[in-house]
Amino acid sequence: MDFDLTDEQGMLRDVTREALTQTYDIETLLKVGDTELGWSREVWSQLADIGILGLGFDPEEAGQLELMVVFTELGRRLAPEPVAQAALIPGGLIAELGDDQQRSLLDEVAGGQTLLALAHQEPGMRGLTARVTTRAEQQGDSWTVTGRKNPVLSGDCADVFIVSAALPVRGERSDGSMDGGVGLFVVDADAISRRAYQTFDGQRAAHLDLDSVAAQPLGSGGDATAGLQNALIRHQSALCAEAVGAMEEALRLTTEYLTSRKQFGVPLSKFQALTQRAADMYVSLEMARSMSFYAAMSIADGNFDPVIAARAKLQIARSGRHIAQEAIQMHGGIGVTAEYPVGHYAARLTAINQTLGSADDQLRTLIGALGSYGTVSL
Amino acid sequence: MRLTLSDADAAFRDDLREFFTTQIPAEIRERVREGRVRFPDDVVTAQRIMNERGIAVPNWPVDCGGQDWSPLQRQLWSDEMRLACVPEPLAFNASMVGPVIAAFGSNELKDRFLPPTANLDIWWCQGFSEPEAGSDLASVRTTAVRDGDSYVINGQKTWTTLGQYADWIFVLARTDPNAPKRQAGISFLLAEMSTPGITLRPIKLIDGGYEVNEVFFEDVRVPADQLVGEENSGWTYAKFLLSNERTGIARIGTTKVWLSQVKDHAANTQTEHGTLLDDPLFAARVAEAENELLALELTQLRVSGSEADGKPNPASSILKLKGSQLQQAVTELLVDVAGPDALPVRAGDEVGSPVWAQLAAPKYLNYRKVSIYGGTNEVQRNIVASTILGL
Repeated sequence: MDFDLTDEQGMLRDVTREALTQTYDIETLLKVGDTELGWSREVWSQLADIGILGLGFDPEEAGQLELMVVFTELGRRLAPEPVAQAALIPGGLIAELGDDQQRSLLDEVAGGQTLLALAHQEPGMRGLTARVTTRAEQQGDSWTVTGRKNPVLSGDCADVFIVSAALPVRGERSDGSMDGGVGLFVVDADAISRRAYQTFDGQRAAHLDLDSVAAQPLGSGGDATAGLQNALIRHQSALCAEAVGAMEEALRLTTEYLTSRKQFGVPLSKFQALTQRAADMYVSLEMARSMSFYAAMSIADGNFDPVIAARAKLQIARSGRHIAQEAIQMHGGIGVTAEYPVGHYAARLTAINQTLGSADDQLRTLIGALGSYGTVSL
Repeated sequence: MRLTLSDADAAFRDDLREFFTTQIPAEIRERVREGRVRFPDDVVTAQRIMNERGIAVPNWPVDCGGQDWSPLQRQLWSDEMRLACVPEPLAFNASMVGPVIAAFGSNELKDRFLPPTANLDIWWCQGFSEPEAGSDLASVRTTAVRDGDSYVINGQKTWTTLGQYADWIFVLARTDPNAPKRQAGISFLLAEMSTPGITLRPIKLIDGGYEVNEVFFEDVRVPADQLVGEENSGWTYAKFLLSNERTGIARIGTTKVWLSQVKDHAANTQTEHGTLLDDPLFAARVAEAENELLALELTQLRVSGSEADGKPNPASSILKLKGSQLQQAVTELLVDVAGPDALPVRAGDEVGSPVWAQLAAPKYLNYRKVSIYGGTNEVQRNIVASTILGL
């Protein structure tokens, strides 16, 4: 058991941090956020050059720990580039399940030329679940998918979608249950009707209406529930890591502000009412970091456990909300202005909480397992 | 980064698990599990069995009887001990005065005190806090005046835990009232409790129990060779001691055991809609506590791993802060499981309320102490704010 990064992981962290620090200050972030795309193609190709957009496509080369390191840096700088949703998560699915022809897409994804999106989330879906109502239908050798997907992160700009859909029930049962499992399909963006929009934290997403859209099974087709679930667990871990970076920076900004801002003739750091609470923010941050490590280290060990993902996300949600609210409060009025970064960190942390399940959704997963063991352990 | 234990560490853990669960008498462990430890006997018996095996004081320097264990191995030792409900070695001996004597005492003091301290032949108690010196420990007023080959101690100590069983006391006393900084005039002295002039008065606590005392010193004459280290350097030793105390206070393994008891009792408590553990409101509180406990356990593993150079990590303040909050949260849960059965106290096993339920509220009330002793949680936050956040 150890918690140290390898030299290579440390270098990956440093290279990512340096690239993003040089790129993004708050003015640049605001400017990029105002463009239609909401992020920068230039930064995207920079990330491609460093090798980040193909991270983990070859599991021999990089795994979840590398993802964790990168996402913490993305979170720290609040980089709006959709690294998880437009590249690594759907790309990872193609790498794992796709056939040769589909996998040939991955070079373009890693190179930054092709954007992906995982169209899984549906209205009414909460938490980290593979169950969907979108249906896949087969006629001869060809498939179509029908349903609604929303919100689909980076669905506004994706060139290729990976769509999850319930497979037809095979055999005798025809009660509409999903015994056929969930399939994954590759769908070309041109075939899809999408309505693009912005999220409150400045991301881009889309609503997809799929009406008998031609779809190509990912790989050999069939039930992909396990692969999909694993991809969602990977994404959850990446979100946790990103949140840790955002929390760390929000706390840094807050302590910096407490030492520089003067009121009543003294720096705010002279007031214990504030420093005591800043200490609690630090506790929250370290608890969150520990659980982000836990999620990533488990995946790196090959253990894709939805309970561990729920544990990590629950702590991230609690810590993220705590740190976001306190960071704004201790900044006072400037904390709720758009020109100052801390409010944007709060927005991002809030959005992460509502992506792949809120704290309550995680608790639902955890209480389901509560009676199955006595003493809780790692 | 790797979550799993190495084969060697896993074997180390399994060895300890077997030792704790087979060599420490089952009735002692059962009493610990039920919160009915017999003082001082159960603590003495367990510590001597561990000392026989050489693992009562693994945190001490190797040449003083400690073990050359990695921080992770020390953590495994502590976890396995707590999970097996083994009474931990007496903190005043094992993690407070022992390490101070080992680090700062003369060879004479080490030879004289360390073996009986490790074996709990001497039961130590702590003479630090005073009525006017709680969190602000440096304001101690108890004096020690050098007179020939002795120090003469006068003053009053308080919150002296388990002092009623103690053979010796380690005392912070002011030896230089004129020191430029008040921290600079304090010394660390050892006194036998039977020395004329020392009197002990029990303080009853809100749970009805008796575990802390006031200790009065009236012209207590202590041989000068019972000074630890240098005169007027006691504050340095006290800070060293207190930083050791903080890590021990997290008590994660113990809280885990209690939380599993909460679940057991809740699963056996019927409500109108199944058991209490099926109630999502209650189950969510348990799940939340379990989650924080794991987060703290991982944090502790991270922090202890970074203490390889022997210097306490300031992040150890988190362990005390959060560890005490979790102990309190779990004692709260236990009272809430007991419900109305928490009302009777010491009513015996003839009444309808089970004994565990009768013990729940006193324990809850008693454990309000953990966010106060060992440096209040407010002091811990100040440490985090100043040493980590630079505020």
